[in-house]
Amino acid sequence: MDADRAALARRAGLVAAGVIPAAFVALFFAFPFAAILGRGLGEDGRLSLPFDVWLSSETLRLLWFTTWQAAVSTVLTLAAGLPLAWAVGRHAFPGRSLVRALVLVPFVLPTVVVATAFLALLPDSLERGLPAILAAHVFFNVAIVTLVVGGAWEGLGRGPWETAATLGAGPWRRLREVTLPLLAPALSAAAALTFLFCFTSFGVVLILGGPGRSTLETEIYLQAARAFDLRTAAALSLLQLAMVALALVAIGRLEASRGGRPAPATREGLRRPAGRERAAVAAVLAVSGTALALPLALLVARSLATGTTAWRRLFEETPALLVTPWHAIANSVLFAAVAAALSVTVGGLAAAVLARLRPGALDVLVLLPLGASAVMLGFGFLIAFDEPPLDFRSSWWLVPVAQSLVAAPFVVRIVAPALRSIDPRLREAAAVLGASPGRAWREIELPLAARAVGVAAGFAFAIALGEFGATVFVARAEWPTLPVTIFRFLGRPGAENQSIAGALAVCLAALTVLAALALDRAAPRSRGPL
Amino acid sequence: MVRASAISVRFDGVTAVDDATIQVPEGETLAVLGPSGCGKSTLLRVIAGLQRAESGTVELDGRDVRDVPAHRRGVGLMFQDDVLFPHRDVAGNVAFGLRMANRPRPEIERRVEELLDLVGLSGFQRRAVTSLSGGERERVALARALAPEPRVLLLDEPLGSLDRPLHDRLLAELEELFTRIRITVVAVTHDVTDAFALGHQVAVMRAGRVVQAATPDRLWAQPADAWVARFLGHANVEEREGGAVVTRPEAVRLTVAKEGGATVVSAERRGPLVRLRARLDGGGELEAVTTAIDHPAAGDRVSVEIDPSGVVTVPTGVGTAGD
Repeated sequence: MDADRAALARRAGLVAAGVIPAAFVALFFAFPFAAILGRGLGEDGRLSLPFDVWLSSETLRLLWFTTWQAAVSTVLTLAAGLPLAWAVGRHAFPGRSLVRALVLVPFVLPTVVVATAFLALLPDSLERGLPAILAAHVFFNVAIVTLVVGGAWEGLGRGPWETAATLGAGPWRRLREVTLPLLAPALSAAAALTFLFCFTSFGVVLILGGPGRSTLETEIYLQAARAFDLRTAAALSLLQLAMVALALVAIGRLEASRGGRPAPATREGLRRPAGRERAAVAAVLAVSGTALALPLALLVARSLATGTTAWRRLFEETPALLVTPWHAIANSVLFAAVAAALSVTVGGLAAAVLARLRPGALDVLVLLPLGASAVMLGFGFLIAFDEPPLDFRSSWWLVPVAQSLVAAPFVVRIVAPALRSIDPRLREAAAVLGASPGRAWREIELPLAARAVGVAAGFAFAIALGEFGATVFVARAEWPTLPVTIFRFLGRPGAENQSIAGALAVCLAALTVLAALALDRAAPRSRGPL
Repeated sequence: MVRASAISVRFDGVTAVDDATIQVPEGETLAVLGPSGCGKSTLLRVIAGLQRAESGTVELDGRDVRDVPAHRRGVGLMFQDDVLFPHRDVAGNVAFGLRMANRPRPEIERRVEELLDLVGLSGFQRRAVTSLSGGERERVALARALAPEPRVLLLDEPLGSLDRPLHDRLLAELEELFTRIRITVVAVTHDVTDAFALGHQVAVMRAGRVVQAATPDRLWAQPADAWVARFLGHANVEEREGGAVVTRPEAVRLTVAKEGGATVVSAERRGPLVRLRARLDGGGELEAVTTAIDHPAAGDRVSVEIDPSGVVTVPTGVGTAGD
């Protein structure tokens, strides 16, 4: 084999590695998406833009509500997260890393669990509606602000701040003229991400919104699955896609202006708080801790509201389901395992290809499924795979496939940077020592990326476990998953059904946290997927 | 034997290596010396098979290896900063090339032990490479490169990242080792001292071209042009019509004399040598070296004597030592 052929073989390997994820994405993402386009933009094969849907007062009201609830949620999340970011980003105290880990718990919790918890928390008069939605969104996204802004704060160190002090700036001047401008990129990044998550929030709004409180995302589901108005659902999907694309472009701009990742955090910036500062840190931690723990505690309480009845009912037949609730737990674990394997394979291969290419260009393409939203994906599956030869709707594996597509972008975001950070000279050193390109890949890149792949697998498992937006479309009645089952019980009247929902939510939360813990154990120094 | 003939490499239209030819006889060391960016590392990568040349041939032991990929060339390469495999221990790093060659396990273990003895790291087999000091890492990298018994060892600024005392010690060890195991070596460096210490021959590169290749003594006595003279450290290079006059400092004798024609500007000791700089009354400066303890001091008036055998006239050349 000559050097030219070696280069050719490398390129061929790259193409081969790229074909699998490309084919997977084409069949299970592009094709359903095309089906939505077809439904939304055409009628009987002719192009007919659904302006009647887009411009109806109904849609405008929907768009307005979606936007402002996301905006208000973002502001509230910032307000709640900044004190925590300050406490964690500026101070060293015992249990600091534990606090950072605990803050992350609400973020990894499935939306259905959070929604169920807030149903349990709020007084009956406030049970559903706007306050519940906003509170749940804050609960969810406080981790983003704490970790992104706190991390940046820690990265700043005390240098700029102390320099300003020696130049005569008082505490307020320092905050206004040094700290805030330096934190601005992290602040806007955290705000943009929070806004995006709240804008596309599905489970929380569907469960806590109640009748009449609908966002674009939930309306797509209601139109498609309840009203069977596929054309309206498709038209709203396209609108949603346009809005999300806009948000993603804005986030991309922000990330570019942030100049990559913040510098690695040093402990130099941290100091033990003393005096009034110490009291302030303690107060922030106590208040935030209570606010974050309360919903979960009440969730457990709700599951025990009818004694242990609810827990016993998990193993009994129920009129709500075709199977016992216990089966839903088993299904969820099975599906999540398959989905994790799929998304690590597809996302890992995509990351391997992306890592060899110039950064930037294709990254956005891979992230598109993330922005396209799970509900849209589920809806696309619903209308794309309903007739031969692609009638997969009775197949159980459609659920893990959909879940893996939701998780795959996160896998890429975790694995690709890990692969990129591997010194290319290691590969050259291996080559000079006699390792063929394939062997060098196996001996060098794979083991060095193994940790990131493990983290990605755990994350994909946790995402798949709690996936609701896409799964609710494709889960078969005889193969329900946990989130779908919880949703079903929540929709039924009676304290006992609410308790069963609570019990199942506790199970789901426990499983998710276990997966996250295992992942944290495996990768003590990993950075989050943000 | 290593021969790279008429090698040219271009990156996006910019010429990195320009018709460069080097040759190393069996068992000898060639130092490739040049300022950073002169293309010396690229030339090394071409020999290793990591970089394709636009034109030219590479021969190892008389065989044209132009079309042989890096992993079948049987060369050893030591990178600028060790580039050890972080996920393997010391033995895992040293054994890597042997495993690629499918050597039997007992042989691998024996050879690893042998190599670690050779580089002075006996018993380090199970140590994590991340726990090693800079000097230890360099030694492991050397053992790793030597383990599969390469036909030629390529060194890319091998000791570049080490502090001075460690650098000097390892340099002496390398010199001694290469003579002992009689291996053919191409070492790339920007440091004149390193090049002179390691190389039987030194090839000086500038802007992609090999401008001179000779023994260190020949290079010092007869630099190819004014640029090479200055790059090697000659201070007495005087450009005139028709050429540059290079006067070796050891051929200049300064003697304290009231009626002398020069004044000593500085006297600076480095080890056994004292470097003197004198300003001539007629203009210009001259550098001299002496081993004397009782040498002229700064401010002394001195007379200047020059041994004519230490003066050569060379072409003016192009560019300056800084390019």
